[in-house]
Amino acid sequence: MLTAPINKILPYSVVDGPGNRVAIFVQKCNIHCAYCHNPETQNLCSGCGACVEGCPAGALKMEQGRVVWDEKLCCGCDRCIKVCPNHASPKVTPMTAQQVFAKVCESIPFIRGITVSGGECGLYPEFLMELFRLAHTKGLSCLMDSNGTIDLSRYPELMEICDGVMLDVKSWKEETFRQLTGSGNEVVKKNLKYLADSEKLTEVRIVCLPGMVDAEDCILGISRTLSGEQIRRLPLKLIRFRHFGVKGALENHPSPDLAYMQGLEALARAQGFEKILIL
Amino acid sequence: MSNAVYDIITSTHLNYHQKLNNLCHEAENTLNVLELPEKFKYFYEYGALCDMNEGNAPYRPRYVMVDFEKFVRQGSKFLRIDPPKNLDELLWALEVLYTYIPSITTKPVYLGNIDLLIDPFLEGMTDEEILPRLERFLGFCDRVIANAYSHANIGPKATRAGRLLLQLEAKLQLEVPNLSLKYDPDITPDDFAEQAILCSLKCGNPAICNHKAHKDTYSFDYGISSCYNILPLRGGAYTLSRLVLPRLAKMAKSVDDFMDNLLPEACQALGEYMNARVSFLVEKSGFFQSDFLAQEGLVERERFVGMYGIAGLCDCVNLLLADKGQRYGNSKEADDLADRIMTYVQNFVANFPAKYSEIAGGHFLLHAQAGLATDEGVTSGVRIVVGDEPANLLDHLRHSARFHRFFPTGCSDIFPFDSTAERNPAALLDIVKGAFQIGDKYCAFYGADGDMVRITGYLVKKSDLEKYDRGEVVLQDNVINGSSNYKLNRLQDRKVQSV
Repeated sequence: MLTAPINKILPYSVVDGPGNRVAIFVQKCNIHCAYCHNPETQNLCSGCGACVEGCPAGALKMEQGRVVWDEKLCCGCDRCIKVCPNHASPKVTPMTAQQVFAKVCESIPFIRGITVSGGECGLYPEFLMELFRLAHTKGLSCLMDSNGTIDLSRYPELMEICDGVMLDVKSWKEETFRQLTGSGNEVVKKNLKYLADSEKLTEVRIVCLPGMVDAEDCILGISRTLSGEQIRRLPLKLIRFRHFGVKGALENHPSPDLAYMQGLEALARAQGFEKILIL
Repeated sequence: MSNAVYDIITSTHLNYHQKLNNLCHEAENTLNVLELPEKFKYFYEYGALCDMNEGNAPYRPRYVMVDFEKFVRQGSKFLRIDPPKNLDELLWALEVLYTYIPSITTKPVYLGNIDLLIDPFLEGMTDEEILPRLERFLGFCDRVIANAYSHANIGPKATRAGRLLLQLEAKLQLEVPNLSLKYDPDITPDDFAEQAILCSLKCGNPAICNHKAHKDTYSFDYGISSCYNILPLRGGAYTLSRLVLPRLAKMAKSVDDFMDNLLPEACQALGEYMNARVSFLVEKSGFFQSDFLAQEGLVERERFVGMYGIAGLCDCVNLLLADKGQRYGNSKEADDLADRIMTYVQNFVANFPAKYSEIAGGHFLLHAQAGLATDEGVTSGVRIVVGDEPANLLDHLRHSARFHRFFPTGCSDIFPFDSTAERNPAALLDIVKGAFQIGDKYCAFYGADGDMVRITGYLVKKSDLEKYDRGEVVLQDNVINGSSNYKLNRLQDRKVQSV
């Protein structure tokens, strides 16, 4: 059976798309953002065992070269995540779409849909197709929360049943993007246009961090890429960088001030954006 | 008695109206006119049956639900008010009438479905003309009535008046009127319901009432009064008395003793007491014979019911199962016992003959009583005690639905939210829709970081509680009740829902 490594399933979330939704976080990402607020979702566990020894609940043990996590014993202190040298987590369960769907069903009738986030959900297109087909049988809308670095036009069947993508446009200049994530952004720009033209672009987000992120260029670049009507209808989230959860050079970096964010908002408004939210 | 009167008169902690009310209460309690059943006296001594301090000689119903639509159509001879012809006349007429509506609090507990009353008078007026008038009207409620049990309703349909009232509520941050939205997803548009929910996160009002679940409670339309009492319009509640379940549980030797002996005896005694009370009110007090509200048909005696209350189901079950450590809201065994207790009470009430209760088929109706200022170890109605709330809000709502089903005349939950929720009121509306679909009857939200806090079902400002606790005199009556209830029920520790 086809499975995906699942880091976490939130039974309800108000911050993962329109209305109340179950949010599903897959494990593993194909890029490594310096400001990532859940870096423990970036890699699959390498089995190094660094987390096992100090687990205060005795919920971790080594078995045949792999770290095994006992959810029942786990006290949720997240120590294992903090000590992991590999930006991974031992608390990941491979699940079939059917199993994830069973968890989703526990939140009916309180939700209008599901959102698959990560990690990068675009790494698991077949899993997503299966999950979305199941969710649609209950009338739930299905969104992807994606970093946009996987060419979604290569998965027309998935895009047919996916109700929308919440897309990160992390930076506009190739070099800036590379510095931030370790990879290029040509595909992100392609996805931006492709998703907007196929009416699957639910929202665009920019995490704003002056010096690291060219948010101004992002706003201008997006507005040049899309039509005036597409811009007018597109929800734009300007997210202030926050250091919570961040590991590495930015872990104590301050957030940009409100004046900076309002400047960005004004710029976006001047480009024709009407649905702008500062978070 | 004389000491109590002297203390009231010389208090530097009560305002003039509060003193007057307390003196009235002392005067009423010099009488002993009710024929109290012996068993009632017995359980009353233990605090297991409670008369809600309604006073020894009822001279007005507890809650009066004036038919304001009728009043607007016919005016009032007694008050010398003609049917209003424009918004100013309407608001003035309502304000005058409000001051003559009696209740257990001495203030009107039901102010009408105010959006539907106001909306027809808005034609031809601009928002700029309407808003200051509505602001003064709400100010009248807040400053003159000044009692947060006074409850206005809006909805279920969206109206211009409803939207403007919500806009003002969010701006003015008023405890009075208490406000509820009658919500029905088939009638209430999402944007109006979302405006209401966002408003509640900002100022505590309105609470959301499951209209579909309540609209057929009576053969006549209903209104919501005080702390979520679902009552017939042009009628009301004679009385609300209650079983204080944890205090009854303390008297029990075992679960079987509780179920087989104490509960049946206490239920019977409370029913008999309520009949004695209702009889005096109807036959002797003269209210229904002489008050202009009855004479002009704004209330009708046949539309009143007695509310048979229960409180502290949670604490009761936790006490009965203490040796097993099973707790209500977190254990199947505890919840099943709670269900058994409620099923017994429900059957008792459905069979016990209540006097003068035509609108309820000759019986009392069950109410999940939300608390008294002095309650300690008595959690509101069937709510889960603070500290034991399930981690998953959806589990909490499912639990609520299981127990709300017993109560036709009001049962509710209160949830504080962190500020994240304000970003997405549509998400909270989805939760409300789900909750109402599975049978939840009522829920209230407020922002955990704001000044406003919902106590049992009414709002007070935390800043007013602090002021009162410093010994200062306060305008709002409910601060006095809220002050002790907030502490005794550890409301500052309510689980803040983070989503």
